[in-house]
Amino acid sequence: MLIPKLAFKNMRGAGLKTWLNAGVLSMAFVVIIWTQGLYQGIDAEASRAMTDAEYGGGQFWMNGYDPYDPLTLQDAHAPVPAPLVSMIDAGRAAAFLVVPATIYPNGRLMSAVLKGVDPDQRVLSLPAAVLKASHTEVPALIGTRMAQSAGLKKGDVVTVRWRDARGTFDAREIEIVEVMSTVVGTIDSGLIWLPLETLREMAALPGQATIVVTAKGTAPGTLPAVPGWTFVGPDVLMKDVKTLVQSKTIGASIMYVILIFLAMLAVFNTQLLSIWRRRKEIGTIMALGMPRGRIVGLFTLEGALTGVLAAAIGAVYGIPLLALTAIRGIGLGASLGDSFGLALSEKLYPVYSVLLVGGTTLLIFLVTTAVSYLPTRRISRLKPTDALRGRFS
Amino acid sequence: MNDGMIIRTTSLVKIYPLGEQSITALDDVNLDVRTGEFAGLVGPSGSGKTTLLNILGSLDVPTRGSAEVLGERIETLSHRKAADLRNRHIGFIFQTFNLLPVYSVYENVEFPLLLLGFSPAARRKAIQAALEWVHLADRAKSRPSQLSGGQSQRVAIARAIVKKPALVLADEPTANLDAENSHGILRTMEDINRELGTTFLFSTHDGKVIQHLRRTITLVDGRVAKDEVRSGA
Ligand SMILES: Nc1ncnc2c1ncn2[C@@H]1O[C@H](COP(=O)(O)OP(=O)(O)O)[C@@H](O)[C@H]1O
Ligand SMILES: [Mg+2]
Repeated sequence: MLIPKLAFKNMRGAGLKTWLNAGVLSMAFVVIIWTQGLYQGIDAEASRAMTDAEYGGGQFWMNGYDPYDPLTLQDAHAPVPAPLVSMIDAGRAAAFLVVPATIYPNGRLMSAVLKGVDPDQRVLSLPAAVLKASHTEVPALIGTRMAQSAGLKKGDVVTVRWRDARGTFDAREIEIVEVMSTVVGTIDSGLIWLPLETLREMAALPGQATIVVTAKGTAPGTLPAVPGWTFVGPDVLMKDVKTLVQSKTIGASIMYVILIFLAMLAVFNTQLLSIWRRRKEIGTIMALGMPRGRIVGLFTLEGALTGVLAAAIGAVYGIPLLALTAIRGIGLGASLGDSFGLALSEKLYPVYSVLLVGGTTLLIFLVTTAVSYLPTRRISRLKPTDALRGRFS
Repeated sequence: MNDGMIIRTTSLVKIYPLGEQSITALDDVNLDVRTGEFAGLVGPSGSGKTTLLNILGSLDVPTRGSAEVLGERIETLSHRKAADLRNRHIGFIFQTFNLLPVYSVYENVEFPLLLLGFSPAARRKAIQAALEWVHLADRAKSRPSQLSGGQSQRVAIARAIVKKPALVLADEPTANLDAENSHGILRTMEDINRELGTTFLFSTHDGKVIQHLRRTITLVDGRVAKDEVRSGA
């Protein structure tokens, strides 16, 4: 018990120096946890927004639909099978029809995808109800990104041209009844939302759909098997988002490593400096008969205890700070989410998991202890006579 | 040692390598010190006094020859054994006091006892006695930075004798003290030597210290040039 007692005494005796070292180290703790929480928050937020607005509890795709291949879209439609119809009628799913088209905004030519949505559907959080309230012949809903790229605004009328089921080209005027602002770019860019029945009629595809989205939280086990349609679960749908988030979090991981490295460097430096500054003291306690091994243990423990103190200090100001940002959210400004390429609302809520906080604390503590130990090995090579003379070889 | 010798060196040589050259700090030193002596190594700066004290204190090892201290052959001791010898039997007093700056006077004196594993009660008693020897019982709570040079050296003496060692090695203990303090600490050490039977070996070139010594061993260029027992001292 002597070494802990002495370590504690030395730290208390060093006063301000101890608090300063621990204070600096505590910032590393807090910043590391804070940035990681931010990225976990981004991940959670993006997943939530995508689930709400697009993925629901997973989607049935008619075989032949490939969202990544625009050339397949022309034929990506099939009658909605009976089991799915009953789900739709029960409000547990919604059908969507995808038809490729060309639009002519302000005399320009631009390709777009028409997407039919039932204005009464409750499955996805889309403001599709505006399509019902309208008395226009073909009401259309677009997002701000589409409005921007096509130069369209609410009330504008634009010509669309598409090919119907028989392969015949047809054209119609549609009216933009609403421009919605959404954080989910994939329900916005290049898309024009029309009432499902109107689109079915325009494309001569009565009762047909491209995808059927199930309600959020639907247990995959309860779903019917539907020949000719494939169920794509939320995990699979989310994979793209996860990959995207992951590519973003590589940056965060690098940051994590850099921060830990900086913390290590600070601890190493502090420890080396402290050993150098206290070399005469080391010589003295050697003369008093303290074996080198115990001196090494003493200095290592002092370093490790600095880590513990840093965690405690970090907890004092870090927990309220992190809790506040987790509850209140962090304002990102409208554009950041877009520039990130992710569905992010203007406020981000960082997520601090037990694993993140506990793991990071443990990691930094281990690193601190290891890094405290390294410079003390010099003590075991130090001759008492040199130490007493203030030499440090 | 059964013949009453606490220190015996035989053909002791210490050579410091210094790049291509080397410095012979001790050259064939043969020296006996009896238990209970109050002796000093005297000689000019660079004559090898500190080197000899360091070897006798098991802080360093000879290049050749042998140093026997309290029955232990210094040149054969492992680091741990050497630390153990210092811890149990040898007290050090340094020119620059070497108090531990973050500890109080009490804690400085306590340190050797903590290493020895004394019980709290035994520590309290021994520290009290040691501080009374050096007339500092009322400064137990002070920090080294609050003490004068004379007071600091007296704390160092208390720290050296608190464990009642057989041997105290004092390297130029008065070099940083004025005349009054020098005589003061020497008188204290004389008292301790007389009452406790502790052997004292000094290194010094200070006339004020030499006055108090009962034996002076003069070193010149690492050799014992003169060895005088002072009658009547
Ligand atoms: N660690 C060392 N390395 C090299 N030379 C040393 C070392 N310590 C002492 N010396 C040399 O050894 C000689 C004796 O030194 P020292 O024992 O300190 O003498 P004193 O204490 O009598 O002044 C001196 O010439 C000194 O320069
Ligand atoms: Mg000297």
